[in-house]
Amino acid sequence: MDFMVFQYPMISVQACLDGVLLGILFALIAYGMALQWGVMNIINIAQGDLVILGGYIAYFMYLYGIHPAWGVIVAPVVMYFVGIAIYKLVINKVVDRDLFISILATFGISILFMQLMNFAFGADVVLANSDYGTTMLFNNNVVLPNSKIFSAFISILFAICLVIYMKKSKLGRAIRATAQNARAAKILGVDTEKVYAATFGINAALCGVAGALISITFTIHPYMGLPYTIRSFMIVIVAGLGNLPGVAMSGMGLGVFEEFADYILGTEFRIGSVFLLLVLILVYRRFKLSRKREYLK
Amino acid sequence: MSISKNNLILYVGILIFGIAAPFLFPAFKVQLSILCVLIVLATTWNIQGGEMGYNSFGNILFYGLGMYLCASVQVGMFFPLAEWTESGGEKTFVHTPAQFFQGMAVGLVVAAVVPTIVAGLIGYSILGLRGHYFAICTLGLGVAAGEISGGIEIIGAGQGFTTPPFPDVGSLDSRGEFFYFLSFFVLVLTFIAVRGIYSTRFKLILNAIRDNEDKAEAMGIETMKYKIVGWMISAFFCGLAGGIMGGLVGYIDSTDVAFDGREMGVFMVLMAILGGKGTLWGPIIGATVFHIFKEGFWTFFLGWQYVALGVLIVVIVIYFPEGIMGWLREKYPERFGEIVDEKDRKAQVELK
Repeated sequence: MDFMVFQYPMISVQACLDGVLLGILFALIAYGMALQWGVMNIINIAQGDLVILGGYIAYFMYLYGIHPAWGVIVAPVVMYFVGIAIYKLVINKVVDRDLFISILATFGISILFMQLMNFAFGADVVLANSDYGTTMLFNNNVVLPNSKIFSAFISILFAICLVIYMKKSKLGRAIRATAQNARAAKILGVDTEKVYAATFGINAALCGVAGALISITFTIHPYMGLPYTIRSFMIVIVAGLGNLPGVAMSGMGLGVFEEFADYILGTEFRIGSVFLLLVLILVYRRFKLSRKREYLK
Repeated sequence: MSISKNNLILYVGILIFGIAAPFLFPAFKVQLSILCVLIVLATTWNIQGGEMGYNSFGNILFYGLGMYLCASVQVGMFFPLAEWTESGGEKTFVHTPAQFFQGMAVGLVVAAVVPTIVAGLIGYSILGLRGHYFAICTLGLGVAAGEISGGIEIIGAGQGFTTPPFPDVGSLDSRGEFFYFLSFFVLVLTFIAVRGIYSTRFKLILNAIRDNEDKAEAMGIETMKYKIVGWMISAFFCGLAGGIMGGLVGYIDSTDVAFDGREMGVFMVLMAILGGKGTLWGPIIGATVFHIFKEGFWTFFLGWQYVALGVLIVVIVIYFPEGIMGWLREKYPERFGEIVDEKDRKAQVELK
């Protein structure tokens, strides 16, 4: 336990700013999860592994001498096709089945990806160095790497583009129609199969962007996927499906929570505290809902 | 519960085979003990996963808890626990045979009882969740337990916990035999308990919860009570299995051995589904087939085992969700006591 965070206010400011910038990234991943959950009613355990795969794409560009920031453009394109491939091979067979089946199937994909990445890229923790330098704030008491600011900026940009795309384009309208009522959409001539594939592809592309940004700002490792899945799941259940400002807010909240947990409990309990928070949120939600059900008794 | 004559012959045959197995296949004693543990895990997972419809990824919590508790009690009864874990691999303390077996006995009791109590305590909050919320919540619970136990100094933190080595009691084979018979005993105990449960009203209530919980509640069944009891039964045997597995492996690591949601936590689900969930024999057959497949693959394709595991999960879940028992049931419905109306079946086939 370390309570320095309360004695020196600047550390709190640092944690808050770090948390917000980190949370914007989480919100981007969670937005993808909310999209596929809302449209296809699937919870994708492999979400985090798609993020890490996107990160490795950026890392590879860095290894071959290309600036990793270009990964932000390359990773989503590659990941879009990876997502379509996963959809065609696995997801379209579990889409209208029991939810647990889809959880288990994506769990299998997650294990597969984890191990393939471990083979392909090794089990080291890696980072794509972007050389962006740092920004000092408040008399040099708060240090913000420019890469974090860059990543938050890019995330917001992608989120805005996606929202506009969903509002204006034909495919976006089809996706929204399918989310509201897949059967009615089918009757009215929407090719739901195509919509599902596109949704999963867009989700994978978002994961790719987030992964590329994570490889620039933080570190990536083949086995680090599951925490990202859990974080995005948590953000979605707190914010609700289709509530974009809510997703952004709860993403930042989670980021700040994590930074403070990191300072107070120590880094070794960081992931543990995320998972515990998930359990607490679900239990809280259960008691809140059971109060609503009370009159049934 | 009544046992028919055919079944009795079957049970006695299996029992005799089980007792003779370590002498018939002396090289596979450890594998056979692991098989027993796997069957226990799959069978108890089936109590809530198959019969109750609550698909849990979190039974690994009880397994890991049992593992740590058994080893800690075994050490802590005679030596200071902190110094033991600090010394790591180097042995400064040695258990005498009497101490080892006493410690193991008390440890197994603790390893069974404490997870049961934990299941009872958290059951009210967790089992109120439905469907996928329950699945993800239990997944989180298992991973959180692994991460947190990996940060606790007294049980070895990140560097792991070496369980007491088997004492020198004469022949070299005695370690394997001891653990085999211990796990086989637990397996028999589990089977008797589960078979007993499945022949009572309790099982029908669990099935009612699976089929429609709200209706079951409306019929006047206190579903929460039965759900918690069902989970506690699972926890009891999972803890026991964990305690044995800890001694068998000889080394406990927080995320790779004890709270190994990625391996053991998925295995138990997979074995039950492979065999056919919601049946008595399904998880047993599933665990056996799975273990043979797994060991074969682990031996011949070392390094690619997780890739194979991932593919296996996807294939089983997509193409084989009813499992072996479900497949047999479709093929030979008469043997399961189902009467098939040939005409009706033909009509249905034509409709398709």
